[in-house]
Formats: sequence, C-alpha cells, structure tokens
Amino acid sequence: MIRLRARDLAVSRGGLRVIEGVDVDLSAGDALILQGPNGAGKTTLLRTIAGLQPPAAGTIEAPEESIAYAAHADAVKPTLTAAENLAFWARVFGGSDRGVLARFDLADLAGRPAARLSAGQRRRLGLARLAVTGRPIWALDEPTVSLDRGSVARFTDVLRAHLGQGGIAIIASHLELDLPARVLDLRAHRAAPGRVARPSSFNEAFG
Amino acid sequence: MRALLLRDLRLAIRAGGGFGLGLCFFLILTVLVPFGIGPARAGLAAVAPGILWVGALLACLLSLDRIFALDHEDGSLDLLATSPLPLEGVVAIKALAHWLTTGLPLVVAAPVFGLLLQLPFAAMPWLVLSLLLGTPALSVLGAFGAALTVGLRRGGLLMSALVLPLYIPTLIFGAEITRRGAEGAPVAAPVALIAGITLASAALIPFAAAAALRVNLR
Amino acid sequence: MSIWEYANPAKFMRTTGAMLPWLLPVAVAATVGGVVWGFLTPDDYRQGSTVKIMYMHVPAAMMAINVWVMMLVASVIWIVRRHHVSALAARAAAPVGAVMTLIALATGAIWGQPMWGTWWEWDPRLTSFLILFLFYLGYVALWSAIEDPDSAADLTGVLCLVGSVFALLSRYAVLFWNQGLHQGASLSVASGERMSAVYRYPLYLAMLGFAALSLALILIRTRTEIRRRRLAALQARELRS
Repeated sequence: MIRLRARDLAVSRGGLRVIEGVDVDLSAGDALILQGPNGAGKTTLLRTIAGLQPPAAGTIEAPEESIAYAAHADAVKPTLTAAENLAFWARVFGGSDRGVLARFDLADLAGRPAARLSAGQRRRLGLARLAVTGRPIWALDEPTVSLDRGSVARFTDVLRAHLGQGGIAIIASHLELDLPARVLDLRAHRAAPGRVARPSSFNEAFG
Repeated sequence: MRALLLRDLRLAIRAGGGFGLGLCFFLILTVLVPFGIGPARAGLAAVAPGILWVGALLACLLSLDRIFALDHEDGSLDLLATSPLPLEGVVAIKALAHWLTTGLPLVVAAPVFGLLLQLPFAAMPWLVLSLLLGTPALSVLGAFGAALTVGLRRGGLLMSALVLPLYIPTLIFGAEITRRGAEGAPVAAPVALIAGITLASAALIPFAAAAALRVNLR
Repeated sequence: MSIWEYANPAKFMRTTGAMLPWLLPVAVAATVGGVVWGFLTPDDYRQGSTVKIMYMHVPAAMMAINVWVMMLVASVIWIVRRHHVSALAARAAAPVGAVMTLIALATGAIWGQPMWGTWWEWDPRLTSFLILFLFYLGYVALWSAIEDPDSAADLTGVLCLVGSVFALLSRYAVLFWNQGLHQGASLSVASGERMSAVYRYPLYLAMLGFAALSLALILIRTRTEIRRRRLAALQARELRS
C-alpha cells in the first residue's frame, strides 16, 4: 500500500523559510492540490517532496524511488523525436513507453523532432513522461500551462486513471481540475519570521 | 546508464559540431602556431609536444559547458537526479560521452597534427598514448568544473579559471611523455603517473561533481 | 565546555573582539621588528645584502601554505559539522593567503634578479607557488560568483578539497622538470645547521609576526563576513514581511 506522509514540514527558498507546519497524509488514490499566490512556495514544496532539496524542518516519508516529478520545464530535447524523448526516459526509469504516446494524443507526432512541436504538444510530451516512469506518486508543477481545453480534459482523464490504479498525485495548479482532490492552501502555512532552533541556512543562522 | 550514454552521443551528433568542433579548433591552433613562431623545422619540433597538449586541453575546455548546462536549463537534470540512476553514475557517463565526442577524435587525429608541427616520427606513438591516457582525466575534471558552475548564468569563464589549474599535472606528464618519446628517453614513469591520475580522477571526481550538482539543484 | 562553542557566531564575535586589541599590536610589532632586525644583520658572505629580503620572503611563503591548510580545515569542518562561522572563516582566509602568495612570489622575483640573473624562472618551487596562487584566485572567484551563500559555501568547500589534492599533485609534478635554481629549505632541522643564529632569530620573529598578522587579518575579515551575513539576513527578512 503506497503512502506519502509529511509531518511538520518546513521548506526554504533562498535560505529563508517560506512555508512551515505542513502536514500531508496521502494514500493510494488520493490527490492533493496546492494553492497559493505566486511565491507562496508551491514549487519549493514540490521540489522538496521530490527529494531535490532537503526540508528545512520536518520529515517526509515515502517509499524509495516512488516519486515522479514534472517541473515547469519539460526536459524535452529539441533534436530528438517525440518517440525518442519518451523512450529515453522510459529506459532511464525502467518503465515501458508502449501506448503512452497515444494516451497523450501524440501518436501522429511520434517521428517529429521535438523542436517542431508546439508549446502545448511539448507540454503533453513532458507530461507523458510521467506515465513511462512507472512511479506511483506524481508531483506536478503547473501541469496544465499552455494546454488547450481539450488537452486539459485529456490530461485529467489520465490523472483520474492513475489515481484509480492506486496512484497518488500532488498538483500545484491555478486551474480548477475536475478531480476528487483535497486542497491545501499554502497561505495558511506561511512561515513566520523569527529565530529557529536548528538553522538550516546562513540567513537563519545569522537572522 | 547505456541509454544516457547513447542519448548524449546522439544529441552531440544531431546538434552538429559534436565531434567536429574540438577537432576544428585543434586544426586552427596547429595551423596558427607556425605563423606565430616561424616555419623552421627545429623550432617547431621543439615546441610540438607542448603545443599539441595545450591544444588538446583547450579543445576539451571549449565544450565543457555542454556537459550539464543544457540538461540543467531544460529540466532534464532534475529528472536525472530523481531517477534510479545514481547521480555519480550520471556524472561519469556524461564525462565519458564528452570524452568520446572530444577526447577520442583528438587522440585519433593527433598524429596528423603532429606531422604539421614536425613532431619526430618516433614520438607519434607516445603522443597518441599520452593523449589516450590523459584526455579522459581532462573530461572528468571538466565535468567537475561544469558541475560547480552549472547554476551560473555566465559560468564559462569562471569554469575555465577553476578547471585549468586542475589540468596542470595531466598536462605536465602528457607533454613530458611526448617529449621523452621524441628524444628516445625512458617514458615509463610519466606514463604510470598520467594513468594513475586518470584512474584516480575517474574513480573519485564523480563523487565531488555529484555533490556539487546536488547543491546546484536545490 | 566544547571547542565547538566558538562556532556560535555571538560567542565568536565576543571572543575575537576581546582578542584582537592584543593580537593586532603584537602582530604589527613582531612583523616590523623581525623585518627591521633582519635588515640590521651583517651581509651574507655569498649573497651580500640581498639575503635580507629573506625576512619577508620566507615568512610569507610559509603563511601562503599555512593559510591554505587553514582553509582546508575550515572547509572540512563546514562540510562535516555545518558550522556557518567555519565556512565564513574559510572565505575570509582566501584573500589573505592569496596576498601572502603574491608577496612570496614578488619578493622571490626581486631576490632572484641579483642572485640568478632573472626575474622569473620556471623552477619547481616558484611554479608551485604560482599554481597555488591560481587555486586561491579560483576559490575567491567562485565565492564571489555565487549569490546564494548556502550554495557558495558548499561548492567552495568541495572545490577546496579537490583543489588541495591537485595543488599537492602539481607541487610534485613540477619536480619532474630538472632540478631548479631555488635553494633548499631555509630552516631545516634534519639536515643540520645551515644558518647561523644571527640570521635565525630575526627570521623566527618575522615568522611569528607574519603568522600573527595573518591570523589577525583572517579574524577581522571573518568578523566582517559575519556582520555582512547578519545584515543580509535582516534585509531578507525585512523584504519578506
């Protein structure tokens, strides 16, 4: 049974805590939508959960190598074709890319160099990568940016299917997604300035 | 791992200039040197080992920022860091890909450039051997420099300033092997030392470079 | 009481604040005293009066290496124990070490001109100091290029570790060239008496002076760094609230 728990999590950006006291407890089939204005710390929180930066305080519990992270950037190489891009990530993550292009409506573009894809098509290719990782927990940073309405609906279908198969998703999004999801408003967790017991950065150590 | 190596090689070939750029730079350098110091045979032969080695070093330096910068920009590095591949392995593979696209072509083409610089024929095998043993260290150390400066917008010049001092021992031994080869002197000691530097760098530097990458990703 | 207490910024500021008013006069007095006393010694029978530049050259060369070792220790402490003052001390030490290296190189050139008839020679000792200087420059450049102090501290720490290995390696690699012009160690105990006491005591005093001066400068610079970080932290907090 897959489960993602974070307790009393604090994350910092540029050496200063942006959010603190975040508790997350998600099990198979759960989705969590992060909300908050620009600079609220959505990206920082996702990167911390994905393991790209250490938390300033608190703990994250998730099974080893279970989180797939999709950032603003699509990690698409312009000189490789759509199929080659996807096949590469499938091999790196040890997943399978069979049928994934079709699920993201990219089958017709498989042989086209990614440089000649539109912004929305690239975005879809970037998201298709999640499916080939074979990882149960998806951490998505603004996944719907530059997608048209049809693509958003299609992506929501993919997400719903993922959750239905026992996956977990944490999504930072401005857009309302048609999903049965809990919402975490980060404004409620804005870090209060002040001294901290165990400084994790220069700004905290000398603040 | 193999997928990453193949992708990096494919990218280098498709982006154009992958194999050619270093060689082209090397060619221009070798052609310029005789104009600078005069065409006299003895003068050229005397400086040839050093020029060839400095040229190899600069040609290597030229393409270092490609190792991580593009992958950092488009987010690939984030994904590689969260992938099942250890980041140390990613560094090692990327350094290997860099060597295959810049170091190896230089090793193969070096005798031709040696001819242009009047390098004695007896020194050719030693030139090739020293480059073969030494250039992998240049790529690995370069990967370390690239990892240190990957987050910086104009990191290229700084990276050169950081990496060049690290290249000094390799350069000394590499040029020394070629020089001794030309003079017919024994070469065993510098050959052993340059191989030692390359092996130790390949074994240990990926850990330092991966640590630097982790810092730059957070 | 543990030695790590001094890694607390407030404690460090208090302790060094009390030390500096004593350390700085001692450093200046010993440096000036050693160099002046050195100038009053009789001329060397072979090297003449040029030998007197030794009283700056040798202590500076000694500190050039010692400051790097100090930086290395501070970097290791930072990487292992995460004491912020340690990282700042390493940063503060680098320019001091670079200047010491430059003094050693410059006085060496001035000494070399009458002795060897050349300002510069690619001799193993000279070359390894030039390489050390390059490492100092790279270290300082990396610190100043990275805006985020947390990343900068970690990256320069790694650079210092790797750089130390390669600086040492270069030191022995240049020995591969022919034996240089430079004389052997000036003060070696193992190989017996080489320098008479008349020259030795002023040299000891100058070495003490250079060591104290370097320490004082590093402490002052570390205090400045601490204040600067404090200011930056307060400004960052101000911007947020």
